[in-house]
Amino acid sequence: MSDVITLAHGSGGKAMEELIRTVFVSTFDNSELTNMEDQARFDLAELQQQGHRLAFTTDSYVVDPLFFPGGDIGKLAVTGTVNDLAMGGAKPLYLSCAFIIEEGLPIDTLKKVVRSMQDTAREAGVSIVTGDTKVVHKGSCDKLFINTAGVGVIAEGVNIRAQGAQVGDAIIINGYLGDHGAAIVDARGDLALQNSIESDCQPLNDLVQTMLAVCPDIHCLRDATRGGLATVLNEFAQASDCCMQVDETKLPIRSEVRGMCEILGLDPLYLANEGKLVAVVPSAAADQLIQTMQNHSAGCHSAIIGHVTATPKRGVLMTTGFGSQRIVDRLVGEQLPRIC
Amino acid sequence: MCLGIPGQIVSISDEVNHMAMVDVSGVQREVNIMCVVEADKAPEDYIGEWVLVHVGFAMSHLDEEEAQRTLALLAELGEFQEELDQMQQGVTAEEQPL
Amino acid sequence: MKYVDEFRDPDTARKLVQQIQRLTNSIMAQRAEAGNTRPLQLMEFCGGHTHTIFRYGIEQLLPNAIELVHGPGCPVCVLPRGRVDDAVALASRPEVIFTTFGDAMRVPGSKKSLLQAKADGADIRMVYSPLDALKLAKENPEREVIFFALGFETTMPSTALTLLQAERQGITNFSLFCNHITTVPTIEAILGDPDMILDGFLAPGHVSMVIGEAPFQFVAEEFHKPLVITGFEPLDILQSLTMVLMQIHDGRTEVENQYKRVVQKQGNSPGQQAIKTVFEIRDFFELRGLGSVDHSGVRIRDAYARFDAERKFPVAGLTVTDPAGCQCGEVLKGLIRPWQCRQFGEQCIPQTPMGALMVSSEGACAAYYQYSDVQALKIKRHEGSGGKERAFT
Repeated sequence: MSDVITLAHGSGGKAMEELIRTVFVSTFDNSELTNMEDQARFDLAELQQQGHRLAFTTDSYVVDPLFFPGGDIGKLAVTGTVNDLAMGGAKPLYLSCAFIIEEGLPIDTLKKVVRSMQDTAREAGVSIVTGDTKVVHKGSCDKLFINTAGVGVIAEGVNIRAQGAQVGDAIIINGYLGDHGAAIVDARGDLALQNSIESDCQPLNDLVQTMLAVCPDIHCLRDATRGGLATVLNEFAQASDCCMQVDETKLPIRSEVRGMCEILGLDPLYLANEGKLVAVVPSAAADQLIQTMQNHSAGCHSAIIGHVTATPKRGVLMTTGFGSQRIVDRLVGEQLPRIC
Repeated sequence: MCLGIPGQIVSISDEVNHMAMVDVSGVQREVNIMCVVEADKAPEDYIGEWVLVHVGFAMSHLDEEEAQRTLALLAELGEFQEELDQMQQGVTAEEQPL
Repeated sequence: MKYVDEFRDPDTARKLVQQIQRLTNSIMAQRAEAGNTRPLQLMEFCGGHTHTIFRYGIEQLLPNAIELVHGPGCPVCVLPRGRVDDAVALASRPEVIFTTFGDAMRVPGSKKSLLQAKADGADIRMVYSPLDALKLAKENPEREVIFFALGFETTMPSTALTLLQAERQGITNFSLFCNHITTVPTIEAILGDPDMILDGFLAPGHVSMVIGEAPFQFVAEEFHKPLVITGFEPLDILQSLTMVLMQIHDGRTEVENQYKRVVQKQGNSPGQQAIKTVFEIRDFFELRGLGSVDHSGVRIRDAYARFDAERKFPVAGLTVTDPAGCQCGEVLKGLIRPWQCRQFGEQCIPQTPMGALMVSSEGACAAYYQYSDVQALKIKRHEGSGGKERAFT
């Protein structure tokens, strides 16, 4: 097999069949895939034993560079979709994955990405059961794009919704903010900032199941990816028509992330995360939930960062280290570094 | 007018072009130090110095004494403030509960 | 973070706010006897100060009798739309790699912004430093790299030193599209305006870091306004406010330096030298919202014409008037508050900014829109009630 992906690998002939067999099927290694059918098939009765609602989601991954401290596009492609399922309280089960590959991509790179996808899938307890591969002309895509979709089952009585926040609820996050955004800036290198920050890219489904065991009545739950914590809080405030009040001094942010934000004039509230969730829970359950989360590998820096109020108005309010308050709005576009 | 952030020079990376590595809370960036070096001092003498970094240039030294003087002024303000508050509350120094 | 966290201490902030309250009360009492009850108008000239003020909710901590006027000291805010059109035209040339700070990417020209031009295929790249643009020129000898030079005196030395390094290293595919602005003429343009009523100034600390204290003496001596050279942390701003109020209280008008840990009296001589070597004052330069201001910009000297994008490439030099109804000029001079502009929150919103003050995160209108209760402000405008509104009600 040539050591570089060519258009032949996408044309449906022998080259593609060999690529699928030797790179995808052998690595993902599960019965569904080895049947080489055009679709994976599941027994509905079996699914219904685990819960009465199906969760289904999809996401695309175009991160540049493909490999960054703490992760890569493969790990991200599985984690992102697993987390979207987990945020609905679902137990993720099966994933699909579709590759769009630019001709000329070294096959070793593809193998490394696929290996990383399988490692992450195993860690999250899911199987990659169906997929597709397309190869495009040089220049019409940036090396490699991946789309994954995922299916999971929501257990009885779990009812997590963005509209679920109630006055008095506690707002909780499971660790440091902005690590992923900082790791990408470092890896991309165009701003020539060297730091040792690693992406927090990690599956959160096990953490969520642990949280549900201690606090079945989680009101809202969402992972704070693009747009960061500020965006998720605004989404909750909008959907639940309430005010999310956060205390700036309670926000866990690494000093290196703060340093990078100070240099570039960025606000860590808007930096991307890939392994952080925001939970809104009844205040009575908050302390015990935090303790449980802090004993979990994906939540050792969990913190209560604020609470839900009715007044003064719908939106997100932050009490600064100064005791004054400022509104935390959504951004219009992407947050750009500034000099002034 | 312009975002400037304090950083510490940790090494000299390119003497010819006056470039040095600066550390800001664990993040390192190569910056130009032409605006903070004097002809008679070797670049290595500046290692450990704190400088204000703006758009990839060290634009000024950070004067440790002046910083301390400003902070002392602010702290004094604090004590002066407490005495004032106590006077306003009619509590003279002697009657202050131990 | 050293030299940062110490100047963000909340307890000290509370004490400074109490002192500001006491000083304001006694000043207002003095003035009331002379029948003057107008609030004190203090201008913070620099966009960096505006950003800190909003980020730390400082305006809410201040007594009602103090109104902070957010000045034009934000290079992106005063960038005329015609210059953006010129930048877009340069960036659209096939041989050009156009490099710029992030701040300028979203400023709309009359047709499109640099961000939109990038989407249309222009090779526009964001850089953190002009030296990164020079590196791009070295790595792409077959392309023409242009750097969008923006900013006041703080940023001029970095551009000048980069140009001198290009000359030293014999790099010929590098040029500057120079839009640097000088601080003093801009302040003069504001203070010279008859209907300007300002009681004091917070001067830009990082400009002083380069040009020193002397250039600001005219504000105290000719215009008789107190001026304090101010740092950028919240305590710097609160301390500077107390120093301005102290001067008003004592009837003094002086230039004081609060930011001594960075600003030396004579400024930074290598920086001043670099500026003098590479740049010369323009006869006049258009500043958005302030119109054409004498000596307010700099241009590259003839000796370095080969590094001047305006001479290396055809640049139309368009002057484009602001959209009708845009009141940026009045807001810049503190004649009206951002929310008193008829367009604020109506046609002029961050998604579709009409005026530059809504575009840059440094601009007063963008800061108000992001950090204040916009609906309440619009109601206040319709009711036509003046006076100071809480930034957050």
